[in-house]
Amino acid sequence: MILFDRVSKRYPNGREALTSVSFQIHTGEMVFLTGRSGAGKSTVLKLIALLERPTRGIVTVGGRNTGSLRPRHVPAFRRQIGVVFQDHKLLADRPVFDNVALPLVVAGTPFRDIGKRVRAALDQVGLLGRERMLPMELSVGEQQRVGIARAVVSKPPLLIADEPTGNLDPDLALEVMRLFRRFQDVGVTVIVATHDLHVVHEFGQRAIVIENGQIQGDANDHLPSVIAVR
Amino acid sequence: MSVSGSRHLQALLGSLGRLARNPLATALTLLVIGLALSLPTALRLFVTNVQAATGGFTSAVDLSVYLKTDVALAKAQQLARSARERPDVAEVTLIPAEQALQEFRRYSGFGAALDALQDNPLPHVLHVQPRSDAQSPAAVESLKRYLAAWPEVDLVQVDTEWVRRFNAILDVVRRLLIIAATLLGAGVLAVIGNTIRLEILNRRAEIEVTKLVGGSNAFVRRPFLYTGVLYGFGGAVLALAIVEAAVLVLGQSIATLAQLYGSRFALQGPSLDDTGILLGAGVVLGWLGAWISAARHLRSIEPRA
Repeated sequence: MILFDRVSKRYPNGREALTSVSFQIHTGEMVFLTGRSGAGKSTVLKLIALLERPTRGIVTVGGRNTGSLRPRHVPAFRRQIGVVFQDHKLLADRPVFDNVALPLVVAGTPFRDIGKRVRAALDQVGLLGRERMLPMELSVGEQQRVGIARAVVSKPPLLIADEPTGNLDPDLALEVMRLFRRFQDVGVTVIVATHDLHVVHEFGQRAIVIENGQIQGDANDHLPSVIAVR
Repeated sequence: MSVSGSRHLQALLGSLGRLARNPLATALTLLVIGLALSLPTALRLFVTNVQAATGGFTSAVDLSVYLKTDVALAKAQQLARSARERPDVAEVTLIPAEQALQEFRRYSGFGAALDALQDNPLPHVLHVQPRSDAQSPAAVESLKRYLAAWPEVDLVQVDTEWVRRFNAILDVVRRLLIIAATLLGAGVLAVIGNTIRLEILNRRAEIEVTKLVGGSNAFVRRPFLYTGVLYGFGGAVLALAIVEAAVLVLGQSIATLAQLYGSRFALQGPSLDDTGILLGAGVVLGWLGAWISAARHLRSIEPRA
């Protein structure tokens, strides 16, 4: 599904966020990206969602080399990826329904299908019945779940989340992670960047550890020693 | 309705809704656009109305043939007949001295002074109108020389000079109209462009998120284009209302004025063509202004995580 081949990313300010990073994620996997903040986790996700382009190396998503994608094809590419943010990026002046419906509207889904699919997505995150509320009227955890509903409403094959539990207490964080695993269960490839080791432990999924822009460990079920000693 | 059709309808309704939610800002923008569009429209109406008011003589060339005062009426009638027989003459009107005096008495206000005169000081006059194919300066000149050669004729006056001046003035006004329309059109473009720019900046977060979930540039641009078109169209409708109101206010007094000059001219409002051009120009300017602004500012908004 995703292949990073010796990928480096240097930002215009000169900071090298990633240095020759290579890894592979298969379709249907759920993978944690972990490491200190500023280690390069977010850059990996940005490169996958084409919010940034690599300075060197090749990023392949769904069999496509993202470097050869023309700008006018980027929107269609992004529709294949559901993205969840730490600050959830909801539109504050629009009700929950409109926020969740946005990816469908953008994709040109017929109106009669939109209501059904939005409600299905809200049902999956346990927020059915909140369609007409504004994001501000919801709790932080609920807002995050609206963000997740928006990310999955168009049933993308790939779901990426950047610190989705950063603002949540441990219980809510686990709840959100369980939600992600449910999507993995139905075949969605899920990549979650988090520095929350508790969550990573709890789930025992594959974790890729990034430190100073380089991969320090990549293991299933147990955490690499670099993390363990910290 | 097709999917793309309903997308457009949705964008249109969305833009309408946004405009309606800020009635004051929308009204002010519409007013600026309306005023800017009403000026060239009014100028255009002025030109068409002046042409209509003077239509009878702007193109025609008249020769006024003043006979000597001692020529008898019968002789004058005979002269009119022989003038009428010429192939290059379309029409000859004889204004007898008596009739001219009465008209002069009636319209000049010098009635009492005229009563003091013993004789009619006015001559008989022939109004000679050349055929339309004989109105070139050379043809008119030769006709003038022919008429002036008659012994009974005192003076032949060709009323072409002022017609030429009048047409030249009208041409100046027409050019002014083009300049005003161009400048004010550019003004409307700038007003709409700037309004759209502000709206794009206001909705930056929304645009970012829309692009993030895969909204194409065309999708993001569409509501702004509709907003521009609505501004342009609304401004044009307002301009039309302003001009119609002005015509209504001026109409009565102009009709009275025209009557005093013995004319049945009435002020014409914008024709169907004028209305179509105005509304079309509004829509095109609105679309163009929004497009320029959107092309410039939407590109710079890219989502970042």
